[in-house]
Amino acid sequence: MHLHKYEKIWLSFGFAALIIFLSVVGVSAFHQGHTPSGGLQKVDPDNLEATPPFDSPGVYEKEDGSYEVIAIAEAFGYTPTEIQVPAGEEVTFKVTSKDVTHSFSIVDTNVNMMVVPGKVNEKTHTFEDPGTYLIVCNEYCGSGHHFMSMEIEVVEQ
Amino acid sequence: MTAVSIPNPERKLALTNLGIAYTAFIIGTLCGLLQVFIRNDALQLPAWLDYYQILTAHGVLLALIFTTFFIFGFFQSGMSKTLGAFGPKVVLWNWIGLIITTIGTVMATVMIVIGEASVLYTFYAPMMANGFFYVGLALFVIGTWVQSFALVGHYRVWRKANKGEKSPLFAFMTVATIILWVIACLGVVATVLFQFIPWAFGWQDSINVGLSRSLFWYFGHPLVYFWLLPAYIAWYVIVPKLIGGKVFSDSLARLAFILFILFSIPVGFHHQLTEPGIASFWKFLQTVLTFMVIVPSLMTAFSLFAVFETRGRELGGKGLFGWFTKLPWKDVRFTSIFVAMLFFIPGGAGGIINASFQMNEVIHNTLWVVGHFHITVGTPVAMTFFGVTFWLVPYLTKRVFTRSLQRLAFLQIITWSIGMLLMSTAQHVLGLFGAPRRTAYTGYQHEDAQSWFEGIISNHVTMAVGGSILFLSATILVFIVIQLTWFAPKAESVNQEIFPIAVSESKETPKILENWKVWIGVAFVLIAIAYTVPIMDMIQHAPPGSKGFQTW
Ligand code: HEM
Ligand SMILES: [Cu+2]
Ligand SMILES: [Cu+2]
Repeated sequence: MHLHKYEKIWLSFGFAALIIFLSVVGVSAFHQGHTPSGGLQKVDPDNLEATPPFDSPGVYEKEDGSYEVIAIAEAFGYTPTEIQVPAGEEVTFKVTSKDVTHSFSIVDTNVNMMVVPGKVNEKTHTFEDPGTYLIVCNEYCGSGHHFMSMEIEVVEQ
Repeated sequence: MTAVSIPNPERKLALTNLGIAYTAFIIGTLCGLLQVFIRNDALQLPAWLDYYQILTAHGVLLALIFTTFFIFGFFQSGMSKTLGAFGPKVVLWNWIGLIITTIGTVMATVMIVIGEASVLYTFYAPMMANGFFYVGLALFVIGTWVQSFALVGHYRVWRKANKGEKSPLFAFMTVATIILWVIACLGVVATVLFQFIPWAFGWQDSINVGLSRSLFWYFGHPLVYFWLLPAYIAWYVIVPKLIGGKVFSDSLARLAFILFILFSIPVGFHHQLTEPGIASFWKFLQTVLTFMVIVPSLMTAFSLFAVFETRGRELGGKGLFGWFTKLPWKDVRFTSIFVAMLFFIPGGAGGIINASFQMNEVIHNTLWVVGHFHITVGTPVAMTFFGVTFWLVPYLTKRVFTRSLQRLAFLQIITWSIGMLLMSTAQHVLGLFGAPRRTAYTGYQHEDAQSWFEGIISNHVTMAVGGSILFLSATILVFIVIQLTWFAPKAESVNQEIFPIAVSESKETPKILENWKVWIGVAFVLIAIAYTVPIMDMIQHAPPGSKGFQTW
């Protein structure tokens, strides 16, 4: 099969760019730990009241000084209804759904988690700046989808 | 070449497909118009109608119905044109397929209209629509398979009669697209038949949500290539003829299509990057496979611009860019498709961002995504279809695409471009701020959210103006189609529209490129590598299933 000289240059250039790009993404993901949210833990969506940690949603400080936020999404809101965390500390969000698929997305951050019933999604984030952040549901979940939101208070330590 | 039309049975088939496509188009774009006005609170809906019902109709009518019916009409005409008249069986099975597809369409549409299926065109479980919505979707897909197999049957007859010859490029590309479509649909058929239908009719009380999502997206990504490849057929085979050139390289064109089949299926996880239940390793593997489509995409871009430049120089264009001015800009059949290609440059660049693993978190499910597919399927694909319509409809109806209609066609593509530029730019910017997609009017009673809509580009007015211009453009297009179908003057033999097919030199093309068994085999190996382990895991380690919810 005949390849034009310029086409060879064009494709080699493209291929090289591709390899470099994917290597950067791969190293950043697996070496520096910048993977998108995820997790393999499972729960019974019909029985969250009796399943730790979702039997008591809220904010918890852990022994190493980091924080954990346990939250449940349900049409059309979140439990707990108030969240307060300190700035500058690592916060791990663990979220699941009681009914349909939702999201837990904090505006102005990279926290953008799909919330799928039966599964627990996890994401760790450190808020640099104190303030009130808006959390919205960005996965269509029914007639009240565009009202599904809450606030998260990030306070100075 | 004499410009005789294809035989009557094929003309009727193709025109029926195109007619349904444009009916869906005008209703779908009307929904789009309503959406932009609901989103900025300028329109209050009556109690029996809801934003998400309209949005479901918009997605289904435009992304599924308009595209699919148009594509089959285009394929039926082109296969008859390049391989010869259909036999009676091919005609019959095409009709049977078309009727099944239409029954499915009507069933699904009725369910949406009566408010039983406001689940959007992605119908994510465990939102549960009326069971007949899913039956409609299944019939829709099965009908397209019947039409697909009828066309493949026609191709096989041709190959038997022309042993050892390479098929015409149009037919090759059609078969490649059909193979992609049939393999892709396996996922959606599996989830609809074995998960949604038994659950929606109450034969099973729960559904494995994670599995249904992955089966959907196994289909969802190649679906976009099912829209795009027919547009590429026009770019590779039709456009060179319109400008008086020939296909740049037959073998590269065929290779590109094969690579599109291989690298558009085992990649669906790139739509699930931010969700639980799939290990990062598999998400990343599919991200790598996703990026492989860059290779055939670069090949396509190279070939097209090589054709333009070669032809422009033949016509006397000098210097680095002189050839550019020599292209037939006054021919709306060409200009429309050229503009469509231009839109694909930012569209493709945006796609790279979306698929970039961590970067996906910035834009996932924001209005950015809506902006993105309006400048991929909504313009490059749709406007290529408009450009094809301008000659295909008069070719089939044996009418004349008159001067005044041509001028109207220019107005149509200009307005579509302006409208889309305004609307999609606003959507991209809003998405970067974090504004979610699929939302009726809202400010979340929070100043951050309210300030999104105060930007110069991102304010509510920009999107509304863009949407209105777009709908105006849609009505002009449908007016042109109606004229070309029933009212434009009858063509004489001298001014009969032709079916533009460029010459493609296939003597040197390696035979292996048309050995479908090999490529289908490779495709399944890649699919097995990318999906077997994670899908088995979703089945074997499934959490308790979900019952159905009707939250609208
Ligand atoms: C008059 C022209 C059009 C207008 C005004 C328009 C407007 C819109 C708007 C405002 C949205 C989404 C809003 C939201 O997320 O809340 C949307 C979604 C969408 N549009 Fe369009 N659009 C037009 C044409 C098209 C075309 C030609 C296509 C495809 C061929 C298309 C495909 C889609 C799809 C697939 C969605 C997503 C639906 C969903 O999220 O479920 N649109 N459109
Ligand atoms: Cu929600
Ligand atoms: Cu995709």
